[in-house]
Amino acid sequence: MDEFDSAIVNCLQSGFPLVERPFAVVAAELGFAEEDLIARVRKLLEEGVLTRFGPMYQVERMGGAFSLAAMRVPPEDFDRVAATVNALPEVAHNYQREHEYNMWFVLATERPEGIARAIDRIERETGLPVLNFPKLREYFVELQLPVSAA
Amino acid sequence: MNDIATPWMDATDRRLVVATQAGLPLGPEPYTAVARAVGIAPEEVIRRLRRMLDAGVIRRIGAVPNHYAIGFRANGMSVWDVDDARVDDLGVRVGALRFVSHCYLRPRMPPVWRYNLFAMVHGRDREETAGKIEAIAAMLGDACRAHEVLYSKRILKKTGVRLHAGDA
Repeated sequence: MDEFDSAIVNCLQSGFPLVERPFAVVAAELGFAEEDLIARVRKLLEEGVLTRFGPMYQVERMGGAFSLAAMRVPPEDFDRVAATVNALPEVAHNYQREHEYNMWFVLATERPEGIARAIDRIERETGLPVLNFPKLREYFVELQLPVSAA
Repeated sequence: MNDIATPWMDATDRRLVVATQAGLPLGPEPYTAVARAVGIAPEEVIRRLRRMLDAGVIRRIGAVPNHYAIGFRANGMSVWDVDDARVDDLGVRVGALRFVSHCYLRPRMPPVWRYNLFAMVHGRDREETAGKIEAIAAMLGDACRAHEVLYSKRILKKTGVRLHAGDA
């Protein structure tokens, strides 16, 4: 990553314009050519520096639901359980964490009842209990991390 | 069809969600490319996305970086056992800290889980993250009875939310 990549990541975290030629608008702000910006965004996605680029949908505002769930997975069984959990399309993110509860994943479903269904299925397929932590209140969510050239 | 509960969202909105949830096309006119895929005019794509942004159905349009790839290697989910009577006031203050990216109230699960406040903290290394955790501990003071930090070890999956394309 160079300073141009950092500038792109920082700029694109804060928003992408809703106009006919949005890359041209962002490129002008950053002092790039439109086609160079597109090529760099493609490269950042391919390299995994960016994991997503587009609209971030809030499934709850569409009548769906989110929940955070946790499992205590025996280390020797971890990869099998991870594969089973990740296979569900309802699993949006899954992280291994350093704790007795070592697997934490976010479920997102189009209907609130989908959360319980997904959890039942994971418990059935893995043979392990799942702790469900629906959010009761959201105090703040904004993921914008400042990046400097690495 | 419409199985989206938001009353003003229609089947076209849903097709638009399905067409863009994995990402925008990388070309000079991404919304025009989406319009072709969905079968509506480019201006209508922009109008509908604008409406979803204004309503909060879309949180934002932009990029999500991989924390690790941009140098944030010590990402901790901090969890706190905070006095129920004070957690709302304190949660808002913790959520307002610059280095906290998500902050939620979640249910306790006695006897296995005592923590009700969850705050994601990101740092370049553990020392930096630990310093931020200390700042939260100081802010919570005697309203907090215990806390832990669950550092992330590995991303197992990160695809974001997906609606099924089937009944669009």
